[in-house]
Amino acid sequence: MKPFTIDTTNGICAALFIFLGGFFALQSLGLEIGTAFRMGPGYFPLVLAIVLILLGAVILVEAVRFESEPIGHVAWRGMLFILPAPIFFGLTVRGLGFLPSIFLTALIASFASGRMRPLTALVLSACLTLFAFLVFSYALGLPFRRFGPWLQF
Amino acid sequence: MELLDNLALGFSTATSLANLGFCLIGVLLGTLIGVLPGIGATATIAMLLPITFQIGDPVSSLIMLAGIYYGAQYGGSTTAILINMPGESSSAVTAIDGYQMAKNGRAGAALAIAAIGSFFAGTVSTFLVAIFAPPLTAIALQFGAAEYFSLMIVGLVSSVALAHGSIVKALAMVVLGLLLGIVGTDIYTGTPRFTLGIREYADGLNFVAVAVGVFGVAEILRNLENEHERSVMIRRVSGLMPTREDFRRMAAPIVRGTIIGSALGILPGGGAILAAFASYTVEKRVSKNPGEFGKGAVEGVAGPESANNAGAQTSFIPMLTLGIPANPVMALMIGAMIIQGIVPGPNVAIEQPALFWGIIASMWIGNLMLIILNLPLIGLWVKLLTIPYYVLFPIIMAFCSIGVYSVNTNIYDLYAVAFFGFLGYLLTKLRCEPAPLLLGFVLGPLLEENLRRAMILARGDPTTFVTRPISAGLLFIAFAVLVIVFLPAVKKKREEVFVEEN
Repeated sequence: MKPFTIDTTNGICAALFIFLGGFFALQSLGLEIGTAFRMGPGYFPLVLAIVLILLGAVILVEAVRFESEPIGHVAWRGMLFILPAPIFFGLTVRGLGFLPSIFLTALIASFASGRMRPLTALVLSACLTLFAFLVFSYALGLPFRRFGPWLQF
Repeated sequence: MELLDNLALGFSTATSLANLGFCLIGVLLGTLIGVLPGIGATATIAMLLPITFQIGDPVSSLIMLAGIYYGAQYGGSTTAILINMPGESSSAVTAIDGYQMAKNGRAGAALAIAAIGSFFAGTVSTFLVAIFAPPLTAIALQFGAAEYFSLMIVGLVSSVALAHGSIVKALAMVVLGLLLGIVGTDIYTGTPRFTLGIREYADGLNFVAVAVGVFGVAEILRNLENEHERSVMIRRVSGLMPTREDFRRMAAPIVRGTIIGSALGILPGGGAILAAFASYTVEKRVSKNPGEFGKGAVEGVAGPESANNAGAQTSFIPMLTLGIPANPVMALMIGAMIIQGIVPGPNVAIEQPALFWGIIASMWIGNLMLIILNLPLIGLWVKLLTIPYYVLFPIIMAFCSIGVYSVNTNIYDLYAVAFFGFLGYLLTKLRCEPAPLLLGFVLGPLLEENLRRAMILARGDPTTFVTRPISAGLLFIAFAVLVIVFLPAVKKKREEVFVEEN
């Protein structure tokens, strides 16, 4: 008998789908299910969530039986700097205001690449902020405050 | 002639100065972003989508969006030919012979052939859309809730069939998309669902945020995995004009490519990708010297490019008449329509003829602009190819953030971008295609609404879906497609096709 192995890619994939299916199923159970005639808000999502769990189980079976492609490189550094950028913008756009917030957002995203040098990042973010001011704030007239309450002394 | 009247209405809408301007901006912006290597048409549109909402008028904004689509496609072909880095799988075929032509010093001719082929295909398929859309609309008006439900099932199943890789994973992605699509307030009872108590998600997850995250941000992360230098060998493109010999060789492939593309583009589920492949295979088969293919054959550029563009165009037919997206790009268009307050479906042609025919007319105008603009501007696009990635990413991230925020000024949409960027990247790493997820996301609420309505109308009798003839026919098609993709022989062939593509 060959030792029990599980394929990493498909194993994680199956776990993810089963987890998400489980999340939606549990949440649906908290809603009114209703009948097939008059479906409540929980009916359709519950059915879908169960299907998702089943599909996850099928992938799990495949993961135990076959090997698939490896996951390969993961862009850790990219994730570390790219993903926080929009979150930072969301947290600060009201408080700091549009312009300082977009400057810092661009600066954070700049460091996603190992090739970026600090000075280049600063210049790039400054140019971007100027461009955003001219196009979005001035020309298109988006109703964002340029400098927010955190900067009013 | 009703057709001519309709087209006249369309052209008078599309040629208003403002709409011509928006079409031009769309085409330019689309090419500008689409030409950046590693960023495909879907990602381009997702990123530029918020900008179009700044235009108040839905007609203009959809015309601009369509312009972005054609521009992005053309930009993708340019990248494929010049540096062999197709952004989208449909231009992967163009890269095979186009890049070889460029290596042989014929980059200019290859680009011109691609442009001419696309323009011809675009012209023919615009007429096809104009001819076939009205009768389909008439049929679609007979549809009840049960038929709509079944039709959407067909669309979702076909998107699974045409996705890369594992069918089970693609099915799971559709289901996950449907679930994410119904996050928000239940339409019948007003109960908030899956919002985790966050009031800002009561209207559902923002479509733009999901699209930008899953396609835009995830694509950037994928590009950041291994940053290698891109070698742009062609710094100057000269000899744009194809020779007389080229014209002779490309005529027949363009016509054949157009026919193949038009037919396959209508299929729900992303026919354009298939079309480029089918055309390449056909050209290789009918060619007198198939050995030339893969070494810079003119036919290998002309055929697939025409097929690709024709398919892109005719995929508007199911979108405009039925409100069913044939590919992720059409899903984005539908999302844009919904945000503009237009309910996609057969009623669009009747209630908003100016919008409907204006978009159709603008397709042709967009294609014309592409050929007039892009050939002279090619030098500029080549320059763009030399911009390093690390400069592009901060710019794209900043604009995506501003764009998503500007749609609803809801900061929770920005958190959704980050979350879906992460989820999209994770799923790509796990070899799951994002396209079916987006289709599911768009169709989720519609599917549920029609299911519930059909069940109420049938007094809880689920056989309503098989006793109504049109609905039964559609479900049979969906079932047949599923059976076919699971047949061992087809499964094997399907894997081969997608392996060849990569």
